[in-house]
Amino acid sequence: MERLDPRARSDMYGRRINRAPSPLRARSVPYLTIMLGSLLPVLLIADLMPLSPSFGFLMLLAWRMVRPGLLPLWAGAPLGAFDDLFSGQPFGSAILLWSLAMIAIEVIETRFPWRGFWQDWFTGGVIAIVYWLAALLVSGASVTPEMLAVALPQALLSVLLYPIMTRMVAGLDRFRLVRARKLD
Amino acid sequence: MAPTSSRRSGFSKKAQYSLFTGYLLAATCALLGLALLVLSLRQPSAFEPVRGLATDVVAPAGKIGAVTRSGSQGILAGIAGYLNAGSQNAELRREVEIARIRLAEAEAVKAENRRLKGLLGLSEAATKPIAVARLVGSSATSGRRQAYISAGASDGVKPGMPVLSERGVIGRVLETGRSSARVLLLTDSESVLPVRRASDNVIAFAEGRGDGLLRIRLVNLGVNPLKVGDTMVTSGAGGYYRPGVAVALIAKITPDGGIARLVAEPGATNYVAVEPIAQAAAVEELDEAERPAPARSASPSRKPEPPSAPAPAPSTAED
Repeated sequence: MERLDPRARSDMYGRRINRAPSPLRARSVPYLTIMLGSLLPVLLIADLMPLSPSFGFLMLLAWRMVRPGLLPLWAGAPLGAFDDLFSGQPFGSAILLWSLAMIAIEVIETRFPWRGFWQDWFTGGVIAIVYWLAALLVSGASVTPEMLAVALPQALLSVLLYPIMTRMVAGLDRFRLVRARKLD
Repeated sequence: MAPTSSRRSGFSKKAQYSLFTGYLLAATCALLGLALLVLSLRQPSAFEPVRGLATDVVAPAGKIGAVTRSGSQGILAGIAGYLNAGSQNAELRREVEIARIRLAEAEAVKAENRRLKGLLGLSEAATKPIAVARLVGSSATSGRRQAYISAGASDGVKPGMPVLSERGVIGRVLETGRSSARVLLLTDSESVLPVRRASDNVIAFAEGRGDGLLRIRLVNLGVNPLKVGDTMVTSGAGGYYRPGVAVALIAKITPDGGIARLVAEPGATNYVAVEPIAQAAAVEELDEAERPAPARSASPSRKPEPPSAPAPAPSTAED
């Protein structure tokens, strides 16, 4: 059988016989990638204006949209606390806003159970823009018109990045569920 | 795509309860976040230890980033220099001629300066930096403009100390970890710095606008004496910065002052020096005097508030 078709006994997650996904990997990958998303923008030197959207939040949004039910409803709080340590926002802002975003998505999902790509993008985009504005308002700085103007690309970028982030999360999800453990 | 059916509770009491608990937990977490947010807006230093620890962990990675950043800057500059080497050569030769003349003039001025200072009895005490560090990161996603440097409490860095590059002022230390510190950049919209014009004693405040430019507000209103291209330097009022460090160049004139560009852009800086607070004794006294005042909580993140506290001092001096 294998000689005729080498992929006969495997699917996109690898060989099927005698293999199982690693539970550690299956549980940790979403959290680790969201935390990595919070960490990466710290390494940029943004001296004049905010340079990148909050990748941590975009990752959370993408995981929540692509894999509903994987992250528990309260997952926004611990992940937000981690983001707050590095983002420069006052501590607590991401705990509040990420939790609210998770609740909002849950409510929207119960209200509109049948969803498609475009509707998901719309939901994700609206939530990303509301998050961007709310994060500016609670940042502790007095919001000037100039500040809003230079932060505008951030909002645009976070909306445009949504499809790319969801593709990336889909790839990560495949990596998450690869049958890496050998059963004896 | 509909959400997975297992998530609908149906008639199962267990599923209903777990759904309800999820909502309850999430709402409680949101409320907790709100409480923490209010607390940290009122008392920005409350979470300093945790954040310091966190930035300590990230600082080594940031150091690698800083090395590659400065390296790539060098490569780009090298390529650009190679491309227009010929025309640059002639230009540079002419500039060197002029610079030699200016240097001679500067030597003369320096000598005169020394003579006059000797007459006045001032001692020339050069400030030694407490630590020299790399800029390892910044708050790139936030509306606040803060940066992280790779020196902290173990190097003697304390909150309030000025951070300078070889070109001019970068900002002021806000919080310290063990081996890293958080710096409030001049461009942050909560940053205020007392400055004066380099050529004379026109006193003003340089406030960050949040978009990379500084707003220069004159203390004495009347005819605006500023001109485009004027250099603003620290005035030393408030006691945090030593006087005479370059801050900004005026780019545009407004009725009450001007809009200025930074002299020292943190993004183009590799190393920064953390200097001791210029008038440490005076600053401490000021802090002691202000501590009992309840007005502290009104202005959240201007924690040590060096410039606005002694604001009346320069204006009365001018009158």
